[in-house]
Order: sequence, then structure tokens, then C-alpha cells
Amino acid sequence: MKIFRWILGIIILGILAYCNFFVYKGEIIFKLINVILFASLFVLYRVIFGPSAADRIVAVDIFGILIIGLLAIIGLFYDESFYMDIALIWGLLSFIASLAFAKILERRHLDD
Amino acid sequence: MIREIIGFGLIYIGVVFDFFGVLGLIRLPDVYNRLQAATKSVTFGTGGILLGIFVLQGFNNFGFKAILGIIFIFLASPTAAHAISHASHRSNIKLDEKTVVDQYAEDNENK
Amino acid sequence: MSLKNRSRITVFFLSLLVWFALTDITNLQEVILGIIIAIFVALIAGHFLITTEKRKHIFKRIGYALLYIIKFLWEIIKANVHVAYLVVHPKVPINPGIVKIKTKLTKESAMTILANSITLTPGTLTVDINLEKQELYIHCIDVHSKKIEDNTKDIGNRFEKILMEVFE
Repeated sequence: MKIFRWILGIIILGILAYCNFFVYKGEIIFKLINVILFASLFVLYRVIFGPSAADRIVAVDIFGILIIGLLAIIGLFYDESFYMDIALIWGLLSFIASLAFAKILERRHLDD
Repeated sequence: MIREIIGFGLIYIGVVFDFFGVLGLIRLPDVYNRLQAATKSVTFGTGGILLGIFVLQGFNNFGFKAILGIIFIFLASPTAAHAISHASHRSNIKLDEKTVVDQYAEDNENK
Repeated sequence: MSLKNRSRITVFFLSLLVWFALTDITNLQEVILGIIIAIFVALIAGHFLITTEKRKHIFKRIGYALLYIIKFLWEIIKANVHVAYLVVHPKVPINPGIVKIKTKLTKESAMTILANSITLTPGTLTVDINLEKQELYIHCIDVHSKKIEDNTKDIGNRFEKILMEVFE
């Protein structure tokens, strides 16, 4: 089972090397966006296959913070400050959502 | 020139630590360990990205919004981690079998 | 001036500052709208910020707060290098457990800041706070001993002295 996972990882790295993921070409900022999107793929793995409900909640919480960084980098590239507004609102909503999920997991009422 | 080097350096460091945090979310064994690695690294990484943007942009609209984002993240993210860990311990999600000691469960049984 | 009104005025200026950071300060319309909204915020939720009198002078407290921020940043950098080492290591060398520590702080705000700092420093995560007994339950990624005194010395005392100066 462990050997199977190692082989899977090496195959993924080979595909990325074949698609010129590690080569510098064009704007460097696109590479940074690619790395964050790749990390989001890992987070989605934890959301789908997480063994318990708490793992999924952790993954959603982390996803919200990653999106703040992603939107900030996109805003830096286009030199527009309203992307930062979207990032702040997204962070607020994801924080409130994490608290609500935690209360539901604890079987408590929301106005407690 | 030196401003661009410092700003982009901070953004690179931030993205790398984001990636390490997500790797911890995949590799560590149970909910509490995952929460530790992910919360620390991803908070620091996103804070680094926003600080780099503040260094690059200076004291204009974008820069002030980035500073607000840093303050918000450093207050909100540990609070959410605290709420999730408390709730998962209350709803009887087991710790990993490598765990040495659990004084919280002992105190709750004695009550 | 009563404590409630002082707290409300502080909240008014803080929310006005946030509004000016988010919008354009040269536009007169935005400024007037911001002042109206800041008055509403201060009237509705203003009296929660300052609840007790502090004995120390404000400049001394700000100095200790700056010292605290520098120490906190250093601890965060150490924490992230530690996490990166743990994650990249092929065998994931962890030794987790939940331990209990005692603290001398009494104010709620100081306890909140202490819990958040403990969450962001190396190898520790706050699980629960007991306000009456002044105890914190902490999930450690690497447990060294099971005694309360040792863990208090290891984890809590890094920030406790500076936070005493800032908040009490």
C-alpha cells in the first residue's frame, strides 16, 4: 500500500515535469498562482476522503485562508485593489462558517 | 529595486510555507495534529504574502487593505482552530494511537 | 468621563480609521457616510472594548506590547521551521498528547491573547480554557513530561510576564 502511494507521487511529479511545471517561462507570478492552486488540490483531497467530519471542517477552514492569499496575488498582478475587498469578505465569511460548523459538530444550538 | 527584492522575497517565503502547511494537512495522522500544522503554517504563509504586497505597494489603498487582512487573519485563524479542536474533543473523535497522555479526558471523567 | 463613554469614543475612532483604510479619503461624500456609520457602531457595540481601569501608564503598556510583538514574530518563525521539518521528515517523528498548564492571568482579554499565542507557537494548540481555576488544556505535538509544573515552565512562561505588564 505504501509503495503504491510512493509510485503514485512519482508519477504525478513526472507528469508535472513533462508539462514544464518547474521551468521558468513568462510571468513568475503565474507560477506562484499555480503552486497555490496545486495546494488547493491537496486540500480538496482531504475534503473528499477525510475519515471523519472534523477533518473536512479543518480542510474547509484552511481553504478559506489559502483563497485570501490567492486573491491577493491576483490583485497584485492586475494592479487592482478591489480584489483585496473580495479577499477580506471571503475571509470573514469562512471564519463565521468555521465557527458555525464547529457548533453543529458539538450538537449545540447556534444562539448558545 | 531593493523594495521589489524584499517584497517578492516575502511573497515567495509565504507561498512555500503555505505549501508546507497543506502537506502537513495530508501527512499527519489525526485531527489535532493536522490542525496544528495547517493553522500555523498557512497563517504565517498568507501573512507573509500580504506583508510582501504591503512592501511592494506602499501606503496606498491596496497596502492598507493588506495590513487589515494581516490583523484579521492573525486574530481569526487561531480562534477557529480552538473552536474546531474543542468541538471535536467534545464529540468523541478519537486521538491517534501514538498519543502518550490525555489529561483533558481524565479531568472530564472525574467531574 | 465614565468608562463606558471613553470606550465608545475609542471604538468610534478605531472604526473611522478602518473605514478610511477601505475607502477614498479625498471624497467628501465617503467621509460623511463614514462618520455616520462609525457613530452607529459606537452606539450599538461600543461599551465592550474597555471594561476595567488599568493602573499602568498607556505609553509603558504600548512599549511592552511592541516587545511582545517582536517576541511573538520570532516564536512564529521558529514554529514554522519546526512544522516544515516534521512534515518533510520521512517517518513523521511525533509524540502527541493533551497536557494541562496553570496560568497567573485573570482578565478574559489577556487569557484570549495567551491562548491565541500558544496556538501559533511551536508544537502547541489550545483545546480548552478553564477561567475559574485558571487552567489551560494544551495539545502538544511533542510531550516531554506529564507533570503540570514542568509544562507550565515550558509553554506558558514564555509570554506570561510580558502579558502581565500589558494587561494588568
